[in-house]
Amino acid sequence: MYDLIVIGGGPAGLAAAQAAYEEGLRKILVVERDGELGGILNQCIHNGFGLHYFKEELTGPEYALRFIRMVEKTRIEFKTDTMVLDVQPDCTVSMISKEEGYQVCEARSIVLAMGCRERARGAIVLPGARLAGIFTAGTAQRYVNIEGHMVGHRVVILGSGDIGLIMARRMTLEGAKVLACVEIMPYSGGLTRNIVQCLHDNDIPLYLSHTIVDIKGKNRVEQVTVAKVDDFKKPVTGTEFTIDCDTLLLSVGLIPENELTRKAGIPVDERTRGAYVFDNMETLTPGIFACGNVLHVHDLVDYVTLEGQRAGRAAAVYVKGDQKTENLRMMTLKAGKEVTYTVPQYIRVSGSADESAPVFFRVGRGILKGAVVVQAEDEKIATFNREHMSPGEMERVALPMKLLSRARVAEISVSVEDTSELLK
Amino acid sequence: MNRDVVIIGCGIVGAAVAYELSRYNLDVEVIEKENDVAMGTTKANSAILHAGYDPAPGTLMAKLNVEGLELAKELCGRLNISFRECASMVIAFTKEEAAELEKLREQGIQNGVPGMCILSGEEARLMEPNLSKQALAALLAKSSAIVNPWEYALSLAENAVANGVKMRFESDVSGIDRVENGYEIHTTSGIVRTRYVINAAGLNAEKIHSYVASPSFRTLPDRGEYYLLDKSEGRRVNHVIFQCPTKVGKGTLVAPTIHGNLIVGPNNETPRDAFDTATTAQGLDHVAQMAKKSIPSLNLRESIRNFAGVRAATDFDDFIIREVDGAPGFIDAAGIKSPGLTAAPAIAKMVVRLLEECGLEVVQKEKWITIPRPMRFSEMDSAEKRSAWAKNSSYGRVICRCETVTEGEILNALGSYIPPRSVDGVKRRCGAGMGRCQGGFCSPRALDILAKYWRVAPEEISQDRTDMYILTGETKAEVKRECTT
Ligand SMILES: Cc1cc2nc3c(=O)[nH]c(=O)nc-3n(C[C@H](O)[C@H](O)[C@H](O)COP(=O)(O)OP(=O)(O)OC[C@H]3O[C@@H](n4cnc5c(N)ncnc54)[C@H](O)[C@@H]3O)c2cc1C
Ligand SMILES: Cc1cc2nc3c(=O)[nH]c(=O)nc-3n(C[C@H](O)[C@H](O)[C@H](O)COP(=O)(O)OP(=O)(O)OC[C@H]3O[C@@H](n4cnc5c(N)ncnc54)[C@H](O)[C@@H]3O)c2cc1C
Repeated sequence: MYDLIVIGGGPAGLAAAQAAYEEGLRKILVVERDGELGGILNQCIHNGFGLHYFKEELTGPEYALRFIRMVEKTRIEFKTDTMVLDVQPDCTVSMISKEEGYQVCEARSIVLAMGCRERARGAIVLPGARLAGIFTAGTAQRYVNIEGHMVGHRVVILGSGDIGLIMARRMTLEGAKVLACVEIMPYSGGLTRNIVQCLHDNDIPLYLSHTIVDIKGKNRVEQVTVAKVDDFKKPVTGTEFTIDCDTLLLSVGLIPENELTRKAGIPVDERTRGAYVFDNMETLTPGIFACGNVLHVHDLVDYVTLEGQRAGRAAAVYVKGDQKTENLRMMTLKAGKEVTYTVPQYIRVSGSADESAPVFFRVGRGILKGAVVVQAEDEKIATFNREHMSPGEMERVALPMKLLSRARVAEISVSVEDTSELLK
Repeated sequence: MNRDVVIIGCGIVGAAVAYELSRYNLDVEVIEKENDVAMGTTKANSAILHAGYDPAPGTLMAKLNVEGLELAKELCGRLNISFRECASMVIAFTKEEAAELEKLREQGIQNGVPGMCILSGEEARLMEPNLSKQALAALLAKSSAIVNPWEYALSLAENAVANGVKMRFESDVSGIDRVENGYEIHTTSGIVRTRYVINAAGLNAEKIHSYVASPSFRTLPDRGEYYLLDKSEGRRVNHVIFQCPTKVGKGTLVAPTIHGNLIVGPNNETPRDAFDTATTAQGLDHVAQMAKKSIPSLNLRESIRNFAGVRAATDFDDFIIREVDGAPGFIDAAGIKSPGLTAAPAIAKMVVRLLEECGLEVVQKEKWITIPRPMRFSEMDSAEKRSAWAKNSSYGRVICRCETVTEGEILNALGSYIPPRSVDGVKRRCGAGMGRCQGGFCSPRALDILAKYWRVAPEEISQDRTDMYILTGETKAEVKRECTT
């Protein structure tokens, strides 16, 4: 019987395992389906990782390695090349590997840290011919960065998510010609620094409010047709132009990988596509926690690490029987105006004066200058001023428990007021 | 070398004929222009085994549909081909359509369709809770089934090969000469001589026919587009939900697939040419609108793939299965539009009868073996999983995470009678890449296994058809070094 089984050995899972270990758990197992620990970071060979956490710029593999070294010094057990097939609400986990075959392990707690997958062509109903040469950006990244294969010469990128932007630069460095990055929204889905460093610095045009309406070719992509879209994201006839290319990379969003979660009957929030969680990262199934991209899609690994640690610590508290939740007041967090979701969705308000609950959220549109307002009915509990908020960047506020405990109702909302408009 | 029979085309019809002929002491070869079985219409259709009330009584379509369904049931059982009798409903939204249902039922009775009845809207909604409130009535046909079409064709072809039929891939038939006692078939991989020819070339049947005789029918390609939805939508309906047929087709359907997904489509439209399987925004929009008429709660945001298939309709409103005038021993199996998938095994039996009438003597083989489809890892219970791994540890390495397909299953397919050449070939046999991530995760891994097995460079592995190459070369050396440190 394990104290804790962590599913997924990416940054979230490693941070959770390490934190639980530091809190005193000893029988910890991390299960990773890949041959190595580190998760998606292993294929992110660019730098820009760890600015917040380590205050220095690391590449993805370097960032991962720091955590791998840390956990290697502990007595945490690892199973790589092992895929979890099933999780039960009573914390039994079945898994399979070439080495050990089919196994069922029991645990007192579980941390879900399976990361996310990419949306593919079918998910965005991209019309055109069925051809080779169409990849999701992450798959192309794996071919190029891990396996050393090139995926094309003349590239168009659909979607301006971070992976697509990073791949625009990678492909350029590899000698390919990146002809355009096409984005259906009026703003980019990626970090501003990636737009600058990956597109602008390489003179790659970014077409905002544009999409691809047709793909042509015989066996492999030969041409894409691009068109402008209206406010309802519908292509505007007459605005079409074509680009001759042999490769189309899709960077059109990530989806948390929650099939195991759903199968286990753990309730999933349709907005985040991750489990509903409390402020200690516990799902609505007691003893099962979630963190990282499996919970909601993060753009910075630093916050993934922090969230992982939080989940690991909470799992340790749970296993040691120190989790006293019965007497705590439960509050529901609602996404208010301009806010698309919040994580956590529930907070158990503890009495301790110096504690606070980190709340992550995203805005639905770009806001130059705004105020994040936390409200219980019509009573404002807290206000945080923020600049340059955009849907591509996750926002974070820390809600002091002290303030929450004063609220009279059990439902509070997080919304954003656009103060830049007031200035005009 | 002189063959007894050459079959041109290895879709469901060619494969079924090959399977049927493999029972006899004959020298048979199948010539297929692509690198695999089921590369034409057989891999892009609704995957329904129709009950048989649609075709006009007296047509070949009516007769072979009902016979074919019976035969298919037996075949799928014997070969362990995924098949489920899930029944179908044709929905009427107006009084006129309700009257149409009566006609369909009459027609079904004449065609010999068992197990039909007409339900009221409420009755239909009891069985199918997501059905539109606007539905007035439904024709229930219990014998309708769903199947995995490419698995079906592959299994038939594989069993044919296991029993001695030769398979010649990547051989486009470019001309046919009449010679003494038969035909000389020119292909891109050489010449094949034969006494008899079966033309099962699908959308190219007219062209193949024209090599030996003047045209007697004209192909009118008719395309249909589809959505395939994630398994989370797979239980939206329990039956195949049709709408009342119109002059152009059977309307848009919503149906579960054998893998637990939901299929939504098709429409009818004229493609640029018979091999244009592109999807279009208009076509898919139309499909979405039509489908929501039956199932308003349909969640198309769960789409994981779109595709289109082209019907080999002709100006003759029936299947064309006969010896060609003035070309003795040359048999057309042309105009095999819907319900061709259903009718295929009956078409095959009819073709063998025609061959006999042309003078071919058939003698049963003494030994005729059956190779059932191997069980998938994901279909196994825990004990079976354990023992699969104990026998071969590569059953412990999961290659496709969405569908839980293991390396063992892929290696097993590579050791079969018709091994896959392409990434999609692996998909058709093992299901890797069929899931929600559509091969994003497993295709690099499948490609690697293929390249090693065939001992070729990774750049030579194609997505599907031979020239659909995936990779364009290697990266610069310095980057490689950076990755490995
Ligand atoms: C292309 C790209 C560029 C990025 N750029 C930056 C950047 O510049 N700066 C930055 O800070 N952040 C960046 N990020 C974000 C950061 O890398 C991710 O947020 C972080 O890796 C997420 O960590 P995770 O542990 O949640 O998920 P992952 O890293 O995806 O790890 C999940 C792990 O779980 C395993 N797993 C899943 N299912 C199972 C199962 N059933 N059984 C066993 N194991 C399983 C997976 O194999 C994987 O190893 C980038 C991300 C990507 C994809
Ligand atoms: C949209 C749609 C939906 C349908 N739904 C259903 C359904 O639900 N139920 C049902 O019963 N039927 C359905 N059908 C019909 C069914 O799919 C077809 O009748 C059936 O697949 C036809 O099989 P085939 O073997 O004749 O043709 P194909 O599968 O097209 O096979 C022909 C083969 O010949 C090969 N070939 C062509 N030219 C040459 C050449 N020159 N040399 C060598 N080889 C050549 C091709 O590569 C191909 O492999 C549907 C059809 C469509 C288009």
